[in-house]
Amino acid sequence: MKEFETVIGLEVHLQFKTETKIFCGCANRFGDEPNTLTCPVCLGLPGSLPVLNRKVLRYAIRVALALNAQINPVVKFDRKNYYYPDLPKGYQISQYDLPIAHDGSIVVSTAGQEKKIGIKRAHLEEDAGKLIHDGANNCSLVDYNRTGTPLMEIVSEPDLRTPQEAYDYLTALKLTLQYLDVSDCDMEKGSLRCDANVSVRQKGAKEFGVKAEIKNLNSFKAVKSALEFEENRHRAMILAGEKIVQETRLWNDEKAATFPMRSKEEAHDYRYFPEPDLVPFSLAPNAVEEVRRDMPEMPHAKLERLLKRYSLVEYDAHILIQDPHIADFFERCAESYKDWKKICNWIIGPVQQEMNSRKCGIGELKLPPQNLIGLIEKVEQGVVSNLVGKDVLIMMLDTGKDAQTIIAEKGLAQVSDTGALEKIVEAILNENQKVVAQIKEGKDSAMGFLVGQAMKKTQGKANPKLLGDIIKRRITDG
Amino acid sequence: MNLFPLTAHELLDLIKSKAATPQNIFQSLSERTASVEGQVKAFARTRDEKTVLAEIDPAANVPLPITIKDNICIKGEETTCASKILKGFRPPYSATVIEKLRQKGCVVQAQANMDEFAFGSSTENSAYGPTRNPWGLDRVPGGSSGGSAAAVAADEAIWALGSDTGGSIRQPASFCGIVGLKPTYGRVSRYGLIAFASSLDQIGPLTKDVTDCALLMNLIAGHDERDSTSADVPVPDYTKALIKDVKGMKIGIPKEYFIEGMDPEVKQAVDAAVEVLRKAGAVFTEVSLPHTEYAVATYYILATAEASSNLARFDGVQYGLRAQPEKTRKTPLIDLYEETRDKGFGWEAKRRIMLGTYALSSGYYDAYYLRGLKVRTLIKNDFDSVFKEFDAVITPTSPSTAFKIGEKAADPLSMYLSDIYTISANLAGIPAISIPCGFSKEKLPIGLQILGKPFAEETLLRIAYTYEQNTGWHKERTSL
Repeated sequence: MKEFETVIGLEVHLQFKTETKIFCGCANRFGDEPNTLTCPVCLGLPGSLPVLNRKVLRYAIRVALALNAQINPVVKFDRKNYYYPDLPKGYQISQYDLPIAHDGSIVVSTAGQEKKIGIKRAHLEEDAGKLIHDGANNCSLVDYNRTGTPLMEIVSEPDLRTPQEAYDYLTALKLTLQYLDVSDCDMEKGSLRCDANVSVRQKGAKEFGVKAEIKNLNSFKAVKSALEFEENRHRAMILAGEKIVQETRLWNDEKAATFPMRSKEEAHDYRYFPEPDLVPFSLAPNAVEEVRRDMPEMPHAKLERLLKRYSLVEYDAHILIQDPHIADFFERCAESYKDWKKICNWIIGPVQQEMNSRKCGIGELKLPPQNLIGLIEKVEQGVVSNLVGKDVLIMMLDTGKDAQTIIAEKGLAQVSDTGALEKIVEAILNENQKVVAQIKEGKDSAMGFLVGQAMKKTQGKANPKLLGDIIKRRITDG
Repeated sequence: MNLFPLTAHELLDLIKSKAATPQNIFQSLSERTASVEGQVKAFARTRDEKTVLAEIDPAANVPLPITIKDNICIKGEETTCASKILKGFRPPYSATVIEKLRQKGCVVQAQANMDEFAFGSSTENSAYGPTRNPWGLDRVPGGSSGGSAAAVAADEAIWALGSDTGGSIRQPASFCGIVGLKPTYGRVSRYGLIAFASSLDQIGPLTKDVTDCALLMNLIAGHDERDSTSADVPVPDYTKALIKDVKGMKIGIPKEYFIEGMDPEVKQAVDAAVEVLRKAGAVFTEVSLPHTEYAVATYYILATAEASSNLARFDGVQYGLRAQPEKTRKTPLIDLYEETRDKGFGWEAKRRIMLGTYALSSGYYDAYYLRGLKVRTLIKNDFDSVFKEFDAVITPTSPSTAFKIGEKAADPLSMYLSDIYTISANLAGIPAISIPCGFSKEKLPIGLQILGKPFAEETLLRIAYTYEQNTGWHKERTSL
């Protein structure tokens, strides 16, 4: 039995969320009416000329720095020539021999370990338009709104060895990119796209196997599934002694399989050459430093710091850093309340649940940090129970009011007046003599029934702990 | 008095002294066009007279009509590069030069014929048929801005804009006995100029004399944020360079340009012109531009490579001609591309697209395109070193006078060689002007080319003006 090794490299296309497109002043937005965000430049009309959006360059430098990559001091663009109706100029402005960034890396947590994955290059280019196939009228329509959206293509080294590793790489890369705040990173909207290169060789071999390029991967899960499929296909072919041809294949999600798209012989000759409409220029000496000054803390550093500063357990900290805004929210809460574990529990529990059900980020929840702290304090003081506290949170989010106001308005404060509770307990014990007798005989589980009855009488407002204590004392004393 | 033969500066003087109105001037040009255009065929299309009259603002600075080469976009006006593939294309925007001209009151009167996509040196490669040389109707006007040059020479236009990628302003100016300037690359915005070869193209004036050339440069030069290749260099008042004095100016005569095959009449005229300037005080020395012999080959690799990419957008999808292949075909998209481009492009366009595609193809890129770029640098270095010592370089504009229509049509190589003296300026990005310097025995104009340092248009204008004022060739009119 031969032992195989899979070799994977990923190409990630990232749409930048700049206000305007890469080479013109059109708005860079998703979801507008077709062909309403266009001008002569992004339509590639004869005579129009591109002008680089400098914001795109700053975003690219941010990505380069986050990926610990070398930044090319000369910014140069090239033309990639090919025909397709979504490409109005017949060429795509891209970067060929001088990508803005090269030779970087990213640390990926995978299989319980940290692995450094190399980034071969990351270059800037313009996105193409979108073809809409109108089957009813047997024609295709072009929407040029997306044409000229700034893209960065991030190409990994062939350092990934398993489909799971590829999945973990994408997860880590996406998190890093989200921290940079340069893209929505939304695969459904196409702001993050991925192609995969995969080959299989015998373990220990120095040469790579013949690779397949897989396209049409619409989710990280699809990337993993497609790679697993390809890995098996290649292995089976090698075992059967079949020759693997270099080709581009398309993943079909429904059929859970890849299908050939074009072979190497049919591959485009893109005839790259320097884009004469954009003169190469040198980055200003302080351009990189300026971007570096504004760099946010990266996920890995944030994790280390949260663990150290707030003595969180690793599991909790990992969850917090999955969204830099949530981690920030945690830290703002932690300024004014010292039980950090409690804060963390509330955030990764009820708060995140509400974010999920409301499908929004922490910023869009009507929850300033002091309001969450106010709520936690009420629960800790026993003003409301944990359970009621969660209802209070929902009402806070619905109304934007703080916990104190909601509790007062709705009369949700627990009854902690021992005098009042004593009376209620006495009544309950009298009404349930049999149960009391059972408890006295050692059936402790019946306690819950009595607490429940008492809660019912107070419409749930009794402090359950206090109630339990009184009942226990009365029975043992009585 | 007839207004149409006059220059722009003469007409502006008449307007100022109330001896003429802009409307009179336009009407005079219209009448002239009506009488000679049938013979010359300078225009791809003329604009409606009423529309033009309505656009004239007599109070404007320069309320004069102007003719525009058919590759410069004018909002709402059909602009086709004399190609079938752009039939019906009306740009939704105007080129920067058009906006600048309109700000000063200029009114577009007509769009000039040209070689399709500026591919040619004779204006024979046009979807509208050839333009004829007003000095000899069986002759070509040169190209590719042949329509612009012929219109000015035939007094159908006061002045015109052309574009120059390898000599397309200067060579027709030379063939038609007028003044043509290719500015420094980056001096005039290319925004709205339908590209032939982006790294070589420049828009420039074609005028009846050097003064008008300076005036028109004042109107069109300057930095444009919409063109990343336009230079952010202050624009002087070019009319201040119109000084009749070249005393002490150092001018080089490149030995590589005076080669066998040059028409002896051309050589004679250029030699005589050098004598005129020498007498006016210029100092001439023979210089060497050693890489001159590679200029044509380099040009046809780089220019066609860029053109093959620039013309890829004409695919029948968005605008212009669109073939209608049957939907039942196996490859309807490829058929749409192939049929549209087959029907839409003329032979020369196809030839250049193929040449350029080949030069960029994988496996050939290093041998052709990349080497071309290197030689281009050497050619530029040649000029840099000459301009360390010299103010300008003088050469003939073209090795011959206007050739006969059809004479070179079947021989692209000999056609390409007619640009041999003009191509280097585009490769080096430097300014160059062609001015009339005499006539052949057959009464065909001969052009003198003056080349200068980047952004030294003023030097060229000064030398040209001094020569013009000492001679007077520009005053000769055709017999039309």
